[in-house]
Amino acid sequence: MQKYSVFSLIKNAFKGHKDWEVAWKDPTPKSEYDVIIIGGGGHGLATAYYLAKEHNITKVAIIEKGWIGGGNVGRNTTIIRSNYMHDENGLFSEFGMDLWRNMSQDLNFNVMFSPRGIINLAHSDAQMNAYSRRGNSMRLNGIDAVLLNREEVKKIIPMADFSENVRFPIFGGLMQPSAGTARHDAVAWGYARQADSMGVDIIQNCEVTGFDVTNGKILGIRTSKGDIKAKKIGLCVAGSTNILAEKLNMTLPIETHLLQACVSEPIKPILDNVVTFGAGHFYCSQSDKGEMVMGGDLDGYNSYAQRGNLPTLQHVLTEGIAMFPFLSKLKMLRTWGGIMDMSMDGSPIIDKTHIDGLYLNCGWCYGGFKATPASGWTFAHTIAQDRPHELNAGYSLNRFSTGHLIDEKGLGTKTWIS
Amino acid sequence: MLHIKCPYCGLRSQNEFSYGGDATVKRPELNKEVSDQDWDNFVYLRKSPKGKHLELWQHISGCRQWIKVERDTLTHEIFKTLKATEEV
Repeated sequence: MQKYSVFSLIKNAFKGHKDWEVAWKDPTPKSEYDVIIIGGGGHGLATAYYLAKEHNITKVAIIEKGWIGGGNVGRNTTIIRSNYMHDENGLFSEFGMDLWRNMSQDLNFNVMFSPRGIINLAHSDAQMNAYSRRGNSMRLNGIDAVLLNREEVKKIIPMADFSENVRFPIFGGLMQPSAGTARHDAVAWGYARQADSMGVDIIQNCEVTGFDVTNGKILGIRTSKGDIKAKKIGLCVAGSTNILAEKLNMTLPIETHLLQACVSEPIKPILDNVVTFGAGHFYCSQSDKGEMVMGGDLDGYNSYAQRGNLPTLQHVLTEGIAMFPFLSKLKMLRTWGGIMDMSMDGSPIIDKTHIDGLYLNCGWCYGGFKATPASGWTFAHTIAQDRPHELNAGYSLNRFSTGHLIDEKGLGTKTWIS
Repeated sequence: MLHIKCPYCGLRSQNEFSYGGDATVKRPELNKEVSDQDWDNFVYLRKSPKGKHLELWQHISGCRQWIKVERDTLTHEIFKTLKATEEV
């Protein structure tokens, strides 16, 4: 594989950029693989990469219905963080932070990881208490957390609404300085390029139409490009999880919902960090191009539409303007939607299933992008070793029946309430 | 914007309603032995189909009645609305 560097860039510039190797091939599927990963998003591509890199399993295919990186890895707001209270979420995400910090070097692809810090704003004394508890839990797990008072927040984001008599005054905030953002498409492309170079077949425009399950064992899949055999199959399909589960006669603790995001017109640099509104659900950062990147609530009803509805967007941006009044002066550049696999406790599932050889990776709710490397790493381990790693042992499928829920937000099963 | 026909009030905008989830989920009967699996099915497991979905909504900023809505989860087309006590 061609190494990307400043020298290869200069060399190719002299040749008019005509001799670059393809980043990944477009192979026809073989009749059999050791492992098939269904879903060519961030998690699926990362899983294939870590199967090859960490477990030396290279006879792997990624089956993608559309094109790689066309789903939620291309639709998110690029936020990376590990500011969780529960041990399972905190330790898993912090393991991912280490992978994020080394990702550009590891993949030889600039993913533009930018640890700019995230601030969760607090708007009451009770919220400050809750943040101090969460911050302490984070620090016990080795995650950086700083509790900021009103003046300290004002120094960092003076453009927020600090005026008198506002409905939601800013009392302070909880900051994770090591959190940040990354270039989401580059993550998908970087994993794809490395996985391809180690022998993984990336098969795009190939829809899975059925499964071959005999005597409780998975034997292969049926696709629009023919039948493919494999003794191990991993499902990494986010918002399409329920659709494939139905083909397997499985019912899962997952509901599929729509989440919107949007960007404003580009403006000069004003916001250095990621900031979230504490009295609702709104988050905001500024991209390298200068756009304000914003998101918030689910549309609030089951949906596979991948496009949003205006009332929710109006509601979310009202929160945004309450936090940053200057946003009201900006024009909207683009809005879009993605479909989320909302689990019944808000935490993901990375586990084996009752079908021998079938592995499940789903339930990422709002937080799939930041989990990409840790999810791929632990899912690859779960598939290769046929047992979960201790990092994803808590993300079991049966935790709903055994009562070991990981309900970070305390929302229960009403996933559309946020 | 969805337009939902409340069986009590007529056609109203989505803003007046709040969502209540899958209407086909049945709570196990009271005063009867319930297996863990049945309880699990009721509390956590959802089909979440792509296509026709029967769901509960409440006309919270209107008559406050709960209603059933049959809606397509891909196109958002609403086929039918019913009172909560009515069956399709």
